[in-house]
Amino acid sequence: MIGWPPFGLAARILCACCVLVAPLAVAQDTARRSGYQDMGRSLQAMQDDDMANPAMLWVQEGAALWTRRAGSADKSCADCHGDVGGMAGVAARYPAFAAGLGRPVDLEQRINLCRTDKQKADALADESRELLALAAYVARQSRGRPIAPPDDARLQPFIAAGDALYRRRQGQLNLSCAQCHDDNAGRKLGGATIPQAHPTGYPIYRLEWQGLGSLKRRLRNCLVGMRAEAYGYDAPEYVALELFLLSRARGMTLESPAVRP
Amino acid sequence: MRLALALLLLAVAGAPARAQEAPRPYTISGDAIVSSLTGQPGDAQRGRAIVASRQVGLCLLCHSGPFPEERFQGTLAPSLSGAGSRWSAGQLRLRIVDAGRLNPDTIMPPYYRTEGLERVAKAFAGKPILSAGQIEDVVAFLVTLKE
Repeated sequence: MIGWPPFGLAARILCACCVLVAPLAVAQDTARRSGYQDMGRSLQAMQDDDMANPAMLWVQEGAALWTRRAGSADKSCADCHGDVGGMAGVAARYPAFAAGLGRPVDLEQRINLCRTDKQKADALADESRELLALAAYVARQSRGRPIAPPDDARLQPFIAAGDALYRRRQGQLNLSCAQCHDDNAGRKLGGATIPQAHPTGYPIYRLEWQGLGSLKRRLRNCLVGMRAEAYGYDAPEYVALELFLLSRARGMTLESPAVRP
Repeated sequence: MRLALALLLLAVAGAPARAQEAPRPYTISGDAIVSSLTGQPGDAQRGRAIVASRQVGLCLLCHSGPFPEERFQGTLAPSLSGAGSRWSAGQLRLRIVDAGRLNPDTIMPPYYRTEGLERVAKAFAGKPILSAGQIEDVVAFLVTLKE
């Protein structure tokens, strides 16, 4: 290297570029923004560093649950799915149509279908630590991949329903999702920058929650803020909204598990 | 050209009896509600506290204004500074009561409308965001904001 200073310099620049590629990949889409781009540098650094990202605690727990047998079938996730590496890309395709149910399900619901149908175990409670841990562990395998909703004609009516819900005024404050997250994205609601409603990193560790939460929980937060009656966790409205939002985010980079303010 | 509208709000039939006042009727003239909802003038000092409160008036979530002690003011809507120079008390009153009557697409919540709303949370069902007296307090405060 001493004999080749230019090469050394080039190599160093190349290395610097490689280091920069990961965070920049999130920022390349100029029209559509991830909430990541609206966060301060310190929160971005917290998300990017597995040692600092609090959501990784759930991921670790998910890893333990992956190989733990459960239910009367006495099976673990790994018994059917094998190494978790095989789940790469799966979370990027959810919600997806569940033929047996005749409707789409999100990742958490898919995990619970495995629980009840394959493991013959009780479903994990909505928003429970175990369910979020498994969802985070599976979603982590798709980190860095483009969000890729399935081209499935059966999903279309549900996406359309989500689109309509997104534009529907609700609650005592008479607001729709679109009025804030389309018409006023980037502006400040109180001290908070309104994001563009691209769910790029769920489940997320939200500082406001001091914990991990699903996209459903985030949607419920907005409903409560609008002073609207929140849907029950099993309501089809959430899956419709999730489908619609993820169809808008198609091609954006999945950051799960992300950190958000 | 705007038609003068006369609107009479009646107590919502079928709403459970609560310890809350019945909606006061009001009359819209052009783009204003000229008369006080309560028949009394409001209190500007109380109005300022309502406007600044994130739980009561909610105003600073969207608006900014001359509140040096309040951090994190919103940028979704025009600053309240100078509101009393731009609008009369009656114009301000209608914009708070039901701004959708002037612009159906407005993001401004209807502070004194309880009908035509969807899926209102149980805790707020049948209640306006602010009472008639609170709205008069807010109007009394906003007209003092001269530029």
